[in-house]
Amino acid sequence: MKEKLNKILQEYKTKEANIIYLLQETEEVFGYIPREAVDYFAEELSIAPSRFYGVATFYAQFHLNPRGKHVITACCGTACHVKGSERLINGLRMELGLAEGHETTADMEFTLEKVNCVGACSIAPVFIINKKVYGKSTSDRLIKEVRSMKEAKQADA
Amino acid sequence: MVTLKINNIEAVVPEGTTVLEAARKAGIYIPALCQHPKLTPFGGCRLCLVEIKGMPRPVTSCTTPAAEGMEVATTSPVIERLRRTVLELILSDHPNDCMVCEQAGSCTLQELAYEYGIRENRFEGERRKYARKDGNPFIERDLEKCIMCGRCVKICDEVQGVEAIEFGYRGFDAKICTPFEEDLDCEFCGQCVSVCPTGALTGKLWSKKGRQLGVREVDSTCPYCGTGCMLTYHVKDNEIVRVTSKEDGLNEGLLCVKGRFAYKYVNSPDRLRKPLIKKDGVFVETSWDDALDLIADKLKEVKAEHGPDAIAGLSSARCTNEENYAFQKFIRAAIGTNNVDHCARL
Amino acid sequence: MHNILVKVCMGTGGIAAGGDEVLAAFNKEIAEAGITASVEKKCSTHQVGCRGLCAKDVLVDVIINDRKVTYQHVRPEMVSRIVKEHILENVPVAELVAGDDYHNFHDKQFKVVLSDCGSIDPEDIDAYIAVEGYTSAQKVLGSMSPEETTDLIKRSGLRGRGGAGFPTGTKWEIAGKQVSDRKYIICNADEGDPGAFMDRSVIEGNPHAVIEGMIIGAYAIGAYKGYVYIRAEYPLAVERLRKALDDARRRNFLGKSIMGSGFDFDILVKLGAGAFVCGEETALIASIEGQRGMPRAKPPFPVYQGLWGKPTVINNVETLANVSYIVRKGAEWFASFGTEKSKGTKVFALTGKIKNSGLIEVPMGIPLRQIIYDIGGGIEGDRQFKAVQTGGPSGGCIPADLLDTPVDFESLAKVGSIVGSGGMVVLDETDCMVNIAKFFLEFTRGESCGKCVPCRIGTKRLLEILERITKGEGRPGDIELLENMSVDIKMASLCGLGQTAPNPVLSTIKYFRHEYEAHINDKKCPAGVCRDLLTYMVLPDACKGCGACLRACPAKAITGEKKKPHAIDPSVCIKCGACFDVCKFKAVKKE
Repeated sequence: MKEKLNKILQEYKTKEANIIYLLQETEEVFGYIPREAVDYFAEELSIAPSRFYGVATFYAQFHLNPRGKHVITACCGTACHVKGSERLINGLRMELGLAEGHETTADMEFTLEKVNCVGACSIAPVFIINKKVYGKSTSDRLIKEVRSMKEAKQADA
Repeated sequence: MVTLKINNIEAVVPEGTTVLEAARKAGIYIPALCQHPKLTPFGGCRLCLVEIKGMPRPVTSCTTPAAEGMEVATTSPVIERLRRTVLELILSDHPNDCMVCEQAGSCTLQELAYEYGIRENRFEGERRKYARKDGNPFIERDLEKCIMCGRCVKICDEVQGVEAIEFGYRGFDAKICTPFEEDLDCEFCGQCVSVCPTGALTGKLWSKKGRQLGVREVDSTCPYCGTGCMLTYHVKDNEIVRVTSKEDGLNEGLLCVKGRFAYKYVNSPDRLRKPLIKKDGVFVETSWDDALDLIADKLKEVKAEHGPDAIAGLSSARCTNEENYAFQKFIRAAIGTNNVDHCARL
Repeated sequence: MHNILVKVCMGTGGIAAGGDEVLAAFNKEIAEAGITASVEKKCSTHQVGCRGLCAKDVLVDVIINDRKVTYQHVRPEMVSRIVKEHILENVPVAELVAGDDYHNFHDKQFKVVLSDCGSIDPEDIDAYIAVEGYTSAQKVLGSMSPEETTDLIKRSGLRGRGGAGFPTGTKWEIAGKQVSDRKYIICNADEGDPGAFMDRSVIEGNPHAVIEGMIIGAYAIGAYKGYVYIRAEYPLAVERLRKALDDARRRNFLGKSIMGSGFDFDILVKLGAGAFVCGEETALIASIEGQRGMPRAKPPFPVYQGLWGKPTVINNVETLANVSYIVRKGAEWFASFGTEKSKGTKVFALTGKIKNSGLIEVPMGIPLRQIIYDIGGGIEGDRQFKAVQTGGPSGGCIPADLLDTPVDFESLAKVGSIVGSGGMVVLDETDCMVNIAKFFLEFTRGESCGKCVPCRIGTKRLLEILERITKGEGRPGDIELLENMSVDIKMASLCGLGQTAPNPVLSTIKYFRHEYEAHINDKKCPAGVCRDLLTYMVLPDACKGCGACLRACPAKAITGEKKKPHAIDPSVCIKCGACFDVCKFKAVKKE
């Protein structure tokens, strides 16, 4: 991990960058912000770790815990909302067995996150499953996708 | 200098003065929770809203610089209504357990609720609940009582330079956080406690020792070091129950962990109250006269036998300048050696 | 020799509809057919598809000797037919050609900012130069003083397209007059309004126009450095912008002594990290400085004290994209359309329950009705129009009887909404207005930075009241309480977020009070949206017992034997609507 962090740090030093940049790169590499990363950067740059924590918890892009293998992003923009995204999300939560207040399933397979408008309003409701955009989503289709991912996992096992 | 009118009273203030500061200088009261004279303006509590002629909406007087010819009204039916709404909103997300709160009686929020007579609250709803207690030894952090005024964050950063805490999360979920929300690990100077306008930050040692009733305030000088910080002991039944420091002392209300929290020695049963002399391997209580006589005799003895340079004096940074001066004078003039130093440590 | 050009929409919208597969199919078919045709990526508005009308994606232009035919809803399997019949035999495939809707959608618009979007390749700087790109910057830097430049923009009447509508020329003028060793110009591309994608489309469709606008602005105010603050949620826009900046640097449109003028200027990209409030100027500055995006009180305004305490101009993407066209065609040309106080055109993202959902550009002052019925083609499924929501979470809902309101800064403000950044979400009879208000408050509650009390706690309390109303637990007096606290939150909040957050509540109460009353008094949701006031049931007569709903139900609330009417157990039903969606026989009813 040190090596990867050092690489981010060296890159940081070559450009006019800031804490947000460091955290973005860390999130990109690790999928979340590990505690070690904050301690390392804070130490190397003499920036108080509290600053990192403040920034990391402010912006929606940063996660303090590892996320699921499959990330399902539900767009919660206005157009998606009026086209029923909330119902679809509730159905998905049920299908995934997500506990109240949780984004990631206990087996770390799935993360279901909500984002504010991805700007694909014309094909609402929009879901992004592992970076692939699904327009005009229906409950039926989403649940099918999830089940096929679950089956793929079982087949592997 | 700029001249402005506040509630039709003319005020002349240096450039850069905020409207709030100008009003206070002119003896005009404006309520505020987040503003603090030592800290940069925040503008979060919204209680210091005032109307300024020519501005389309009320503005916070703590962030607005006074300008030439400005006409300010610090109160109006609209302003009072807004302040009331803001207070009701704060109280709708507050435990309102003043009965058992350490800070009751010295709480700005409580005082404002009293001033605005807020008994009924139009707002109700979810209140922030935090189960976890901070296990640090000195500072009780009850984040449910926090009103997010940011004074603690700012004093820690701008005055103390420690940055142990920072705003975390956002919106209704915002709270003051240590890194990764672990137990507070800092110098424990308690500056944050001193500026907290509510009971969110209090001393752990204060707990249930007494608030106002039967508590006497005794201004004194901190005995820990030579800096001479002014502090105020809160004394109940001849026991120190709390230490605070007034803004007008030379230390401007700032203290360190020792002055603010390390006062239990005063009533400690282990504390030495009389000199002890070891006789036959056992310490025996004695009088100051006897003890000083013994020291004088021993010093004379050593000096006579081995010369003055066989003696050295080491003084303490806890002493004042005057005490240290007297001490070196004694070593140099009375003993006759230059072997004198001072621990220069706290 | 035939000159054949195939242009395929390649935005995320286009890609989601299979744009990349269509492009690949064309490449393959053309190669196999042995024709020399160049298949180039057409400028596409990311996630919207080409020319804004992504409802018809994948759109493909086939241009043979300058004769253009547009195909809609193209799927990879149709490609071989288009290649065979149209490209090889020169007979367009009539049934695949885009129809009247497509042409109406475009013909009723008036394009300035979008004029080159959708026709040039955004990743090719020469394509931009070919349409007179960078000639404006050359003219300004080569022959105009900063004051003349500012004056030109002032005369054009251009106002900020980010929402507030502040005159751009005036902003530049103030910043130009500040004496400072450093000044900055920032392009605000933190398009956070849900339901808006104008800025992303402009950057994806024509990034150089934004860069050119920034160069001109920087010259006018004396900035040596610029920043584009852009949402990380827009990966394609970021990628194209970065490429465009590199290309511009290579051609000396950026860097030291731009085009030999002696003027130095460069632009850096800063990625947002997911905070709506960072669209607010002072929060945006805090974010560029690497801090939490918490706004600070104004004054001082950023033109006096902005980034790192230096004079800073912040302009929105669309505003900057207008600049080069104004320089090229003149202030008077720009001022000749629009209304007296709102000059020029405005780009809108027309979405929701509308047939032709997409990105449009219209002259300021055009009536809402024209946008919705002429350009948008009316309501999806020919249902009843209920309202149009403009301005996102800061805006309001405009009801049917105000459809003739002209779309400009002043007129929309008069009816309790705003132009805002340009989101326009059409709502129909199946939309519940209390639910819409709740939706926006959920948004603002989650995006409030938490600094000031009215916004931090006020939006939460507003939301809670709306939640209880939509749950059927509303109380008499709730509407009045909502109104009163909304007014106070607006007046007492620190920044634009809190100052406008109650607008969706106020405007829906103003025009749809009866819906609130139905929820509170009758415990009914007239539009059939609010979950707790709904029940799903199977109509036994219509049910064929196909089992589709049973399989789709995530709660296992549906029982029934094959080919016999199914039933929903209301105590288990989570009201997700999956059954309603999958039923082909309209046998699931919600009430």
